[in-house]
Amino acid sequence: MPSRATGIDPRSYEADLRLLQTRGDKLRLALGLVAILALPFALNNYWLGIVNAIGIAAIGAIGLNILVGFTGQISLGQGGFLAVGAFSSALLAGRGGLPIPLAVAAAVVVTAAAGVIVGLPALRLKGLYLVIATLASQEIIVFVVRRWRWLTGGQGYLEAPPLGVLGWHVQRAAFERTWYWVILVTAALGALAARNVFRTALGRSFMAVRDQEVAASTIGVNLTRAKLTAFALSSGYVGLAGALTAHYTEIVTWERFTLDVSVQYVGMIIVGGLGSIAGSIYGAAFLMLVPPLLSALADAVRDTAPFLADQLPALQVAAVGLIIILFLRFEPRGLDRLWRRIRDYFGSWPFRY
Amino acid sequence: MTQFIQLTVYGLANGAILALAALGFVLIYKATRVINFAQGEFLLVGAYAFYSAFALLQLPAMLAIVVAVIIAAALGVAIERLVLRPLLGEEPIAVIMVTIGLSAVLKAAVQVFYGTTPRVMPKFLPRGSVDILGAIVPTDRLVAIAVAAVVLAAFGAFLRWSRHGVAMRAVADDPQAALVQGISVTRISALAWAMAAASAVIGGVLIADVAEVSQNLSSFGLVVFPVVILGGLDSVLGTIVGGVVIGLVSQYADGVSPGASQVAPYLVLVVILLVRPYGVFGQPRIERM
Repeated sequence: MPSRATGIDPRSYEADLRLLQTRGDKLRLALGLVAILALPFALNNYWLGIVNAIGIAAIGAIGLNILVGFTGQISLGQGGFLAVGAFSSALLAGRGGLPIPLAVAAAVVVTAAAGVIVGLPALRLKGLYLVIATLASQEIIVFVVRRWRWLTGGQGYLEAPPLGVLGWHVQRAAFERTWYWVILVTAALGALAARNVFRTALGRSFMAVRDQEVAASTIGVNLTRAKLTAFALSSGYVGLAGALTAHYTEIVTWERFTLDVSVQYVGMIIVGGLGSIAGSIYGAAFLMLVPPLLSALADAVRDTAPFLADQLPALQVAAVGLIIILFLRFEPRGLDRLWRRIRDYFGSWPFRY
Repeated sequence: MTQFIQLTVYGLANGAILALAALGFVLIYKATRVINFAQGEFLLVGAYAFYSAFALLQLPAMLAIVVAVIIAAALGVAIERLVLRPLLGEEPIAVIMVTIGLSAVLKAAVQVFYGTTPRVMPKFLPRGSVDILGAIVPTDRLVAIAVAAVVLAAFGAFLRWSRHGVAMRAVADDPQAALVQGISVTRISALAWAMAAASAVIGGVLIADVAEVSQNLSSFGLVVFPVVILGGLDSVLGTIVGGVVIGLVSQYADGVSPGASQVAPYLVLVVILLVRPYGVFGQPRIERM
């Protein structure tokens, strides 16, 4: 379990399992809530769009972290699962005529099933071999959605119906703001559910598999079940992120789901913190903010340093790569650990502990 | 039949280049247990270094290759020393991700210096074509196969007989036992990275000559994985066979349905992982705790 501040002595198991341990936790949650509720009124549509993209990415990153950070099964197949979620939801809602919430839910189930199929080899493979197996699934899924003519009707992309339920449709004028609330509620519920999973026997069995497979199976963890459930749960989240992307962008193309996307998601959970739900959100926000912030910076210094604006696409790629390298080198436990260290330092300031 | 022969020659040429890239991957994996996702970018950097020396500085071809190999080897050693060695003993995912981060940085650096438009390089492999059993086959592909075969044989001989090659195999077998024998494991790691970068240069130069110098070269880095899994991560011979098989399979797949070469290597990969995960030429490993 993650570290916690000293001076907390739970007197019962219920108290020990409580999500908010200290008064500081509650205070920070309240402050965070105020900030989140104020956000759509403080930002313009451009930045609100970026925040929405962060929210969707956070859901996907939580999913990936369940698999990689909590269960120890390294996956480069994220982009493929996002594609499965996006295409199935767009198909079910568009051609199937299902209401959007039902289509999204069905997409989650379909992606979870796809995750179990990809997870089957994980029962035999480890380390390098598992990474390469998920890489193969990524390439094969993208190839299928790219080349299967029936899927896109030969036009190379698939239109997803815009958000709407029971006759209500999203208004163009309030497009980003409406989506903000939808994504916020979904992401908050997703994060809370994930947090709770790791307080149950199932979630603990995932962590046991990560830490030591043989030891886990000797204390009665069913390895097959734990790994396949982890794959299903993880890809369920990823499918949800994919389905939301589909209806948010209203157009689904294979270019959104390439290997670069998988790599970006692994970067998010590394920068945020492996094995931490909050870290997944921090990491998603951090990596999604780097490109727009860089381009804002390049705009600001266009006159003094035109080089920055000219080379922007390359520099955005390089910055993300460099950030990942620096985090692995200096804070491999990510932003989450960094934040805990800062908090604990000030929690007992001016004493060391 | 003529198409079959053409596809075979193209497949062999691609396979030989793939084998060169995969050889570098295997050297690094064996000596340091690092899964190098930046192998494709080594091809890219090598090809652009050669392009700069040969086309921009107008050096003779042989000298340009030497210059490119030296640059790439220095880069390999620097990466090993500055990025990988501090991560010694970290979790596998950290090591994998650091090489992925590295690949992004290298690719972006090449883009900053050379832009995204493909460069046309003056050819130095012989032009023209040869008639084999009625099929017209370009000569440069045949020369590329020959060059790759010679380089692979040289690497194989180095590992088999030379002092450093034997030391490298010892480290791959058991780093601690190698240390006890007085072999400097860190020096061998640096050597492995340098050699991997050098073999990638040769591969990159060959592709650059038969095709063009562009960012797409780095996509060869991913096809390395089917090659090494098929070959079994253990021997130079396995790498060569893996490269040739994958090269041929993708060309034949393209012959059957254009574009299928993008997915064929991965289908082979899935079959191999399910049937014989340690590869055709690899030894099954017993896992100990």
